[in-house]
Parts: sequence; structure tokens; C-alpha cells
Amino acid sequence: MDLFIRYILIGIGNGAVYAALALALVLIYRTTGLLNLAQGEMALFSAYLSWWFTTHGVPIGLAIAFSILLSMIGGAVIERVLIRPVTAPGKSHLNVLIVMLGMFLAINAISQLLFSTDAEPMPKPWPSVSSPGDPVGRSARLLDIGNTSISWAVGALALTLIGLCLFLYLLLQKTKLGLALRAVASNPASARMVGINTSAMLMVGWALAAGIGALAGSMVAADRGSVSPGLMTVVLVYAFAAAALGGFDSPVGAVVGGMIVAIAESLTIGYVDALSTIELVVPFALILLVLLVRPTGLFGRRVVERV
Amino acid sequence: MSLLELSGVTGGYGPVTVLRGIDLTVDEGEVVVVLGANGAGKTTTLRAITGEIATRGQVLLDGRPLARSPEKAARAGVGHVPQGRGTFGDLTTLENLQLGAINRRDGEVQRDIDRWFEVFPRLSERRDQAAGSMSGGEQQMLAIARAMMLRPRLLLLDEPSLGLAPLITRDLFARLGELNREEGLTILVVEQNANLALDIGHRGYVLETGEIVASGPSSQLRDDDAIRKAYLGF
Repeated sequence: MDLFIRYILIGIGNGAVYAALALALVLIYRTTGLLNLAQGEMALFSAYLSWWFTTHGVPIGLAIAFSILLSMIGGAVIERVLIRPVTAPGKSHLNVLIVMLGMFLAINAISQLLFSTDAEPMPKPWPSVSSPGDPVGRSARLLDIGNTSISWAVGALALTLIGLCLFLYLLLQKTKLGLALRAVASNPASARMVGINTSAMLMVGWALAAGIGALAGSMVAADRGSVSPGLMTVVLVYAFAAAALGGFDSPVGAVVGGMIVAIAESLTIGYVDALSTIELVVPFALILLVLLVRPTGLFGRRVVERV
Repeated sequence: MSLLELSGVTGGYGPVTVLRGIDLTVDEGEVVVVLGANGAGKTTTLRAITGEIATRGQVLLDGRPLARSPEKAARAGVGHVPQGRGTFGDLTTLENLQLGAINRRDGEVQRDIDRWFEVFPRLSERRDQAAGSMSGGEQQMLAIARAMMLRPRLLLLDEPSLGLAPLITRDLFARLGELNREEGLTILVVEQNANLALDIGHRGYVLETGEIVASGPSSQLRDDDAIRKAYLGF
């Protein structure tokens, strides 16, 4: 039983990261109808940026904040300079797909060029216990439940996700900016008719997604203890899985999907003693099953409109 | 000076020219009707006014060139109720109304919302319901109320009767007539249901393949035999 709880906890920690990155994917999908293939590599760049700040004496918490801010600017610039020219009405979806693939490769390469090709130690923005030969250390215990304990890592990741969800909820549901963003997602032509600057909203959407990605990338690097060029590849795949499972247009679905995928991954690693990478298969079997029954994902909406 | 003035407006979609030199004016406080068969260029005329399509020629609002994009036209005070209503289907009635006023900075948005809920009580009942799940008539009311939330100087209406039951259509036009008489709302309406439109319209234009072939006071258009046969069906 203790072991089971431990696997669940590991799942929740990873799930928070998958969910956060899935939220970034969902945000862009809802406002533009695009799946941002480069979301993971953008987050990798941001994670390296956080690391770079820490090497210049900036405390890790502040470093992540700086990285989020710069990433948001970067996200807006990417939308304006790289994405918008290839998404003009009438242009093929293939154009933007190829641009995104290019971004995927380019951002990874630029990260290695600017920062490092090696795994660099990433400090943790939560209490840790260091030991000789392990400069960044292991996460400290947050609290004990029976014989198992919740580590600071799981607690911090889960709290980060909760905070992020709260922020997005308040932004989207309670502010004028959020209303305008949802209007653009719902009906771009009508959004323009009521005087919303839709192109500015697209930039805001990309900025938000890049900021969320920066948070997710930095947190996963902190959790793993290092940032390396391959950090986000698998995370992105799981985030895609989470979004597909939850429904690409549903923020709630992204969170639930992220948790399901990560817990399934963790339990498989714990209990299935077959191939060494069998855990990569299980979430996708799960997704296949869900999508066969509900093609829109668990929380996705079918687009139905009365005319 | 007219509130809206189009002179020599040509334009269309890509290589297809739809409008071949439109001259049209709308005075403050007027209801002007544009009649025409399918494909005559009625909807395109409205799109040319808001800058949704590229055009040549002049579009003046209050004597000043109207900015060439729908969002700027909205900010300049042009409310547009497009064909098919253009409501935000997955947002609630209340949110749709709030969006109509999204660029307003005055403190009277809530008062206007209350007011449109009074004018259209059905909308008030459906305040928290997704717009896409409402009936065609309700959505048309919502689209008009949303455009009115802009406090427009000019309201463009594209076939408001489309897909509505005759009774609802009549009621809708009665409301539009009231808005014009009681508040001096200026309306440019494109309509296939010529009888109803001419009832509330002061003047009208008849469009044929992108050109204005007749214009004049509503009564005069109604009495013109050729127009009556072609567009009024009696």
C-alpha cells in the first residue's frame, strides 16, 4: 500500500508538469486552432534561461520569474514574426506545420549553442537536502503520511499547477482581457466586429503559452536536478497525450489528462516488470481507448451550433 | 453632410469583382434599405463599409474616411449584425453583451445591459445560457443587442429576417422601427423581405449585379412597377 501511494505521488508530481505544458498547448489550440509542436523546445529554452540566470547569482525563484517574463515576450514575437505570416487565411495548414517543425529543431539547436550541450545542474526552488557529490541535492520531505512521505518536489509541483489553474481561471473568466481571448477563440470574425484587436489577442495567447511553458520547463528541470537538451522531448509527448486525452480545447481536460497519463506511467513503471520502457506504451493505449469511445477527448466539446 | 457616404466603391473577393461603383448615403436618424436579389452584392456592400474586404473608392463616416478594418470600424461607432448573426456560440448571453461593449470606457455598461434585457426579456431569461444553444430568433435579438452595446452611430443589419418565422420577423422590425423613432438610431439594412424593410425604411436602394439601378423614398420604390414585380412579389 505504501508503495502504491508512493507511485501515485510520483505520478502527481509528473502529472503537474505534463498538465502545465498541456495547458500551454490547449491555450494556443483554442485561440488559433494550431498544435504547437515546438512548445516543448520553447520550454527547454526557457529552462536553460532560468539556469543561466542562476549561474549569474540570481536566486532560482527569481530566475524562473525572469525566464517566464522573457519567454512571454519571446512567445509574442514568435507569433508575430514566424507564425502569422504562414497562417494568413487561404494558406495551407502544411505551411505552419513545417514552420513549427523548423522551430522545434532550431530552438533546440539555439539552446545548445547559447547555453550548453551538456546536462547542467538546476537548483530547486524548494527545500532540498544536498550531499557530497550531489550539488543540487534531493528534495526535502514536506510531510509524512504513515510510512511514506510527500517530498517537497511533489508538493511544489502540485501547488504550482493549482496556482497556475487559479491564475488562468481568474484571467479567462474574470477579466476583460480573458473575455476578449475567449471571444477570439469562439468566433474570430465576430470578435473583430465588436472591435477586438484579434491579432493582438493571438500574440497574448502565444505569450501566455510561452510563459506557462517556461514555468513547466523550469519546474521539471528543477525536479530532475538538471537541464539538458533532451529534457522536454518526452515531456512534450506526454503533454500531447494529456491534451488528447482531456480534449484539445479543454483546460480542465488538460489537467485531468496530465494526471491520468502520469499516474498510469508511474504505476506501470512500478508494477509492470516487462520491457524497460513499457511505461511509454500504457498512456497511449489508454488514449486510444478513450478516443475510440469519445473522439473529442474526456472534456472536449463537440462543435454543435444551431443556425 | 451625410453620416455615411459611399462614392464609387468597387471591390470583391480576390479576382472576382462584386461591387461596380456604389454611390450611397445614409443621413443621421435615417433607416435606409438595400434591396436586391441573391448575389447582387448586398452583403458585400456592408463588408465594404466595415473594411472586411479590400475596396476602391471612398467610404466616409461623418466626412472622414472610415478605417479599413472591422475592428476599427467598430471603434469608430459602426455596429454590424452579420448574416447568420455571428454570436459567440459557446459564450453566454451576458458575455456576448459584455463583448459588445468591450472597448467602452464609460461606467454605463451595466446600465445598458440591464436596458437590453428589458427590451428583449427573452435574453434576460437566457442570461447564463450559451448563445449557440438558443433559437434563431433569440440569437438574432442577441446579435442586435450586442451591436447596440457598442452605442453605435450607425447600425448595419444583414438580412435580419433570414431563417426567422414571419411573426418573429415582424416583431423584430417593429422593434427596429421603435429604436429609430425613439432614439434616432441610424440603420442601414440589407433585406430580401422588401415589404417589411420598406415599412420601416425612409429610403431605399436597389442593387443589381453590383450596381445601384434605382433609389428613392420607400413609398416611391414601393410604387415602381418594375421594382414591385422583381423584389416585392406582388
